[in-house]
Amino acid sequence: MDKVIIADNLSLAYSDDETIINKVKFSIDSGSFVFITGASGSGKSTLLKSLYGALNPQEGSLVVGGVELRGVSNSKLNFLRKHIGIVFQDYKLVKEWTIEKNIMLPLLINGYEKGVTNNQVDSLLKHVRLKHQAGKYPQELSGGEQQRVAMARALSHNPILILADEPTGNLDDYSAELIWNLLVGANEQLKTTVMVVTHHIPENIKVDYKHYHIEFGRINEVN
Amino acid sequence: MKSIKNHLSLVIALVSILFSIQILVIAERSIDTYKEKLANDYSIIVVSQKNLDASNLMQENAIIGKITSLSPDDVIKRLNTGMSKKNIELLKLTLPKFYNIKLKYYPSSSEIKMLTRKLLRKSSISKIENFSHSHDSTYKLLLLFKKVITIFSVSMLVVTMLLIFKELKIWQFKHNERMNIMGLFGAPLWMRSAILFRLSIVDAIIASFVSFILFTYIASDSWVNEQFEYIGIQVKIFDPLSDLLLLTTVSIIVSIVLALFIILGHKEEV
Repeated sequence: MDKVIIADNLSLAYSDDETIINKVKFSIDSGSFVFITGASGSGKSTLLKSLYGALNPQEGSLVVGGVELRGVSNSKLNFLRKHIGIVFQDYKLVKEWTIEKNIMLPLLINGYEKGVTNNQVDSLLKHVRLKHQAGKYPQELSGGEQQRVAMARALSHNPILILADEPTGNLDDYSAELIWNLLVGANEQLKTTVMVVTHHIPENIKVDYKHYHIEFGRINEVN
Repeated sequence: MKSIKNHLSLVIALVSILFSIQILVIAERSIDTYKEKLANDYSIIVVSQKNLDASNLMQENAIIGKITSLSPDDVIKRLNTGMSKKNIELLKLTLPKFYNIKLKYYPSSSEIKMLTRKLLRKSSISKIENFSHSHDSTYKLLLLFKKVITIFSVSMLVVTMLLIFKELKIWQFKHNERMNIMGLFGAPLWMRSAILFRLSIVDAIIASFVSFILFTYIASDSWVNEQFEYIGIQVKIFDPLSDLLLLTTVSIIVSIVLALFIILGHKEEV
């Protein structure tokens, strides 16, 4: 099976004297669903940041979607980011854009045609049950609704990999369930690789998943 | 409403800059027109023992616009106490020649001194009246007016620029956030910056348009025109073609420079 992420002897740090992830080795199969758990400050989010190139590896090698991220050039990083979808705990929506335009962002960056873009956005708005809010601005929506917009944006361009950082951390049950269903749906129907960083794996999640736990800078698969 | 708010802060700052620039242009134009008027009213009287070669003098002194010979008839009329026609003709020949010299433009004090010195070097020229005292006071008043206007406009420009630099941090924060989010989805720098440049150019055009309306109104205001009439000049307060072109160019350059500042100050979020 193809590997979408390959980490070899990977170390991550924000400064030279404080290594957060220490010489870890792991790989993620394409089309798998993966949970990364760990205590607060264990390095879960740091690992996720390195996967979308916001943090350069201090040591070792990290290959995502065939792109080596250690010392990666801007053009290669942009190429990779065009093919991944990211969901953040704080949503990261553009405040001065309507939710429709926010969802459209990856499609515009990837140069999709206007007709395709409009159809895709329309379909996603229905999926996240926000069709009636299309023209609103993010700050006019609740936290749960904003996260649904962020989820729709992450799915809009059919990415090969979805990275989600505590996607249901502050959400109501309804929005949380919708987010999990969308993630599972993308994984099962589109064979998108999904990696979720979370404190707790939902008990009722209906998907075969792999579970990695981060502790003391090391990453271990949990059986 | 939200979109108006997004544009307002930069548009106001740009209008303020354009206003200062146009005031400087009007001051410069008024002074030039006034100088022209003064030049028309101003002349130098030259007394020569022989006839002067006007074209030669004009060639030697580029500042000279016109030389006219003054008729001695008035002087002779006052002296004429029963002189014969023959004696009058004789007197005419012995009287010095008077010339009125008009200049091409209103000269500075040093230019007058230099011209006087050059003319006096001619052996035939015995006396020159350049009315330097009244010229000096008018010229100094003109310079003072120009300085006051320049100081006022430059101060306005400096204050506006300081305000813009203060606002720049807010703009930087606002655009940084959007640029970071776009970057997370793989937008290249040109695409992240394109929105900013488009906004800047739109704001620059809005500011130019507002200035156009403002100065078109001022130019048509009767009170403003009366003030110029009082000093006997007619000044084009706003040229809808050349001035609008100048203001739009300045406006676009300033807003593009500001956009570049924001882009250069953009930091990727980690």
